[in-house]
Amino acid sequence: MSTIFAQASALGKAGVSVVRISGPSAFDAARKLAGSLPLARQTALRVLRDAKGEILDEALVLCFEEKASFTGEQTVELQTHGSIAVVRAVLAELGKHEGLRVAEPGEFTRRALANGRLDLAQVEGLADLISSETEAQRQQALRLFSGGLGELATSWRESLIRASALLTVTIDFADEDVPVDVKPEVLDLVSGVQTGMKQQLLGFGAAERVRMGFEVAILGAPNVGKSTLLNALAGRDAAITSEIAGTTRDVIEVRMELAGLPVTLLDTAGLRETDDVVEKIGVSRALERASAADLRVYLVEAGDQDSFEPSAEDLIVAAKADLLAEGSAGVSGLTGSGISELVARISEALLNKTARAGLATRERHKSAMERCLSALESAVDMVGRGDEFSDLAAEELREALAALNSLIGRVDVENVLDEVFSSFCLGK
Amino acid sequence: MKHLDFDVVVVGGGHAGTEAAHAAARMGVRTALVTLRKADIGTMSCNPAIGGLGKGHLVREIDAMDGVMGRVSDRAGIQFRLLNRRKGPAVQGPRAQQDRALYRSAMLAATEAQPLLSIVEGETVDFIEKSGKVSGVLLADGTEISAREVILTTGTFLRGTIHIGDVSYAGGRMGDKPSIRLAERMDNFELPKGRLKTGTPPRLSGRTINWDILESQPGDSEPTLFSFLSKEPEARQISCGITHTNEKTHEIIADNLDKSAMYGGHIDGVGPRYCPSIEDKVVRFADKTSHLIFLEPESLSNDTIYPNGISTSLPENVQKEYVQSISGLEQAEIVQPGYAIEYDFIDPRALTLELRLKSIDGLFLAGQINGTTGYEEAAAQGLVAGLNAARAVLEQEPVLFSRAESYIGVMIDDLVTRGVSEPYRMFTSRAEFRLSLRADNADQRLTPLAVSLGCVSEERKKLFYNKAKALESAKNLLDSCAFTPAELRAANVNVNQDGSRRTAFQLLSYPDVSLDTLLPLDPTLKSITPTIAKQLERDALYVNYIERQQREVDAMKRDEKQHIPVSFDYSALDGLSNELKLKLSRSQPQNLAQAAGIDGMTPAAIALLLAKLRQARRSKGA
Repeated sequence: MSTIFAQASALGKAGVSVVRISGPSAFDAARKLAGSLPLARQTALRVLRDAKGEILDEALVLCFEEKASFTGEQTVELQTHGSIAVVRAVLAELGKHEGLRVAEPGEFTRRALANGRLDLAQVEGLADLISSETEAQRQQALRLFSGGLGELATSWRESLIRASALLTVTIDFADEDVPVDVKPEVLDLVSGVQTGMKQQLLGFGAAERVRMGFEVAILGAPNVGKSTLLNALAGRDAAITSEIAGTTRDVIEVRMELAGLPVTLLDTAGLRETDDVVEKIGVSRALERASAADLRVYLVEAGDQDSFEPSAEDLIVAAKADLLAEGSAGVSGLTGSGISELVARISEALLNKTARAGLATRERHKSAMERCLSALESAVDMVGRGDEFSDLAAEELREALAALNSLIGRVDVENVLDEVFSSFCLGK
Repeated sequence: MKHLDFDVVVVGGGHAGTEAAHAAARMGVRTALVTLRKADIGTMSCNPAIGGLGKGHLVREIDAMDGVMGRVSDRAGIQFRLLNRRKGPAVQGPRAQQDRALYRSAMLAATEAQPLLSIVEGETVDFIEKSGKVSGVLLADGTEISAREVILTTGTFLRGTIHIGDVSYAGGRMGDKPSIRLAERMDNFELPKGRLKTGTPPRLSGRTINWDILESQPGDSEPTLFSFLSKEPEARQISCGITHTNEKTHEIIADNLDKSAMYGGHIDGVGPRYCPSIEDKVVRFADKTSHLIFLEPESLSNDTIYPNGISTSLPENVQKEYVQSISGLEQAEIVQPGYAIEYDFIDPRALTLELRLKSIDGLFLAGQINGTTGYEEAAAQGLVAGLNAARAVLEQEPVLFSRAESYIGVMIDDLVTRGVSEPYRMFTSRAEFRLSLRADNADQRLTPLAVSLGCVSEERKKLFYNKAKALESAKNLLDSCAFTPAELRAANVNVNQDGSRRTAFQLLSYPDVSLDTLLPLDPTLKSITPTIAKQLERDALYVNYIERQQREVDAMKRDEKQHIPVSFDYSALDGLSNELKLKLSRSQPQNLAQAAGIDGMTPAAIALLLAKLRQARRSKGA
């Protein structure tokens, strides 16, 4: 029996949100987040941390032992702050634990029933409960599918059905007059789905960012004026600025709002080869944080050696515009020239990212797509190994379709056979 | 007027009927097999082959239950081929070309030899009913046969109509009359019905075929047999021939489409998409300029050739014209024209998982009458019906086959839960757990069940337990032998040099490792015989996937255990859409797993159903 988790309270902003974990590893999972657990049926305040020790939230923790919980299984309820971002972060962290998965709709109730935990009166009330749940699901599905994801999911579905059909033809109709080498088309179809899904997952990240905030890192050679720029952007002296190269050795964060988006600006150590042990750590930390950031702003001075490789969307800005000829483009933290242009460019880049957001919004969608992608990856591997592994390739595709089911509803063998019979001339 | 008395009466001596009668008799109840003519027992009306992909699995499973089809096929097989030999073992299917005459005589001999089983010749025209329960059958000559349970396996004989071009006449099979009186009697039961069709190719005279210019397809050099009891083929082995249609053939067919029964609008029934007529192929796949034909000898003792791939309902003269346009068949003579047959079938959703009619007590249906096609599908249903009829006579619980354990279970569940829209044929892709439902482990999956039912011979029991013991000790040995990466490298096995030991069983899951690879590392492994080694290699290959599927299997088995009473009132379920209520009350699922298989069911609806079931059970217990 697997351990499941989900937000048990209503979705959206609220005073308190409840995340429920149920199943044999519920206590273990909660312990990993909260450090220690209170006695059963007693509450305690705990700091929830992710695997790296970063704080997720402070939450009221409540444990129920087996046979003494709603589901009848070991259960933990985490009462977190009612922020969408917090809940999302907690759910995402739980999703990383081995043996844990997001609960299917109605699954807590179902387990409660399976374990005989609901009494007659509760069963009476269950019908309403469930119909409201399905209504919510329906609305949710409608919202989801009125957007672009509907079309996308339909095309994924078609591609994967077609890919399954191709493998089915070579397996179930191998003694007939059918194409033998379906590999190129299968790989083509699968890779199309992979690309689309990966884009959606990136978009999921952006949707998450809208709630959790973007990170923008400022990078550049030492003493190019990164901290001065940060201060200018932030409008206050958040970073220590001096004229000694290598002043910023740690990463300095400033939270601000740009174009209505929550943004954390990161000021980093200047990038250069150095023998200074502390500065060296600063440089590597700068690179690490910067690569994880959503956007990087590179400040460059004429004559700087390119010690970095910006990606296509990163911004490259001429530094110390106050020292350049009048009218040349660039930015100066000192005089403030070019600052508003830079703000506009950063905002535009971030808004571009948010434009991709919004289709897949739920943790469940994300985990379904991730499961699907991982099965597709194995399928590609199996297809590549040749005919001998076509049954395993087909199994991975079945797994991928099963994952897709939670996004788009059931796809079953009849759909695959329909495709087989409509495209291939079978029958000796 | 004669009067006979049996426990179980089986009507029909085809593949479903024989298997049903044998199964009931093996269970120890007095069984009668009623057939028009004794000589027709085990007749193959379509192509002379048993097995194939998915179908070979069914035959192995029937054999694992100690059924007859596998044993008889091994005796009458004249060309054995393992299909998908170069694919994964889970999707390999044994197939054998059969000698029709040998098959019939072997099946008759097996049937006559089966204790408690009697063959009765005659035409069944009516049922005997007592207080609302079918309790026997009436034959045309007035003979009454009373029985506790009746199994009907009439194949395509219910209102069978044969079409050749624009000529059509009533017939169950070429040369046989249909069961019209029985069909009228069945009408009184008001069962949901449908009409299906299927076709056969013209049969050719082998002497008139120019074999010299044709490609020949021999059987496997090491034949894979069906029965776990068989050792080697008994009949002389032959090769099949291969030829192709060409543009000329297609032209002749296209020019005469209006004369085809199918395209001339004479046939209403739905045909199988996976077995289209040559007319269908030419129309639907117009861009293909050639189709494959296998020329399959029907017997060692006569000259008839079954040209597999050109079934038709065109007029005889057109058949001759297009056949003679094909390479190697220029002089070929048709000994029996191809024809299409239309027949009634009963919507299998009217059946329980035991294949018993829900609305009529005492009557089971098995085989083509349930909308399936194929000898193997028919025989497997016969087995299920025969076992359950006997269980009912013995007043024992029904035997249900799970989708998670057998192709038989997959088929029965598909039929009674979803019904059919075209003749139902088994494919490996229908089995969601096909990686564990392999032809090679059918005995491991089903023989223990058969033993517990008491329908297994002493010989098979002994053989099975010896094999099971050998498998177990070999598995233990493989689990206990472990090697370091360095040892493995010395034996040319490449693994990560991570210092951790791997067991022999784990190593077998690597694509390029077989038991032979490991033999130099540990001489005790030599004690494992090749057959046992092969099965364990296959188990190892799939072990990770099977573990992953286990959650699905567990969920299904749990749901299968949640029985839904026949009287369950779906309309009283608040919170369920009307559409779902309708679907549920129409299909009357017997358990929660079946309900979950109904199109459109949601997890929430299943939870609701479960809740009501528990409520009903508790109030009953209170």
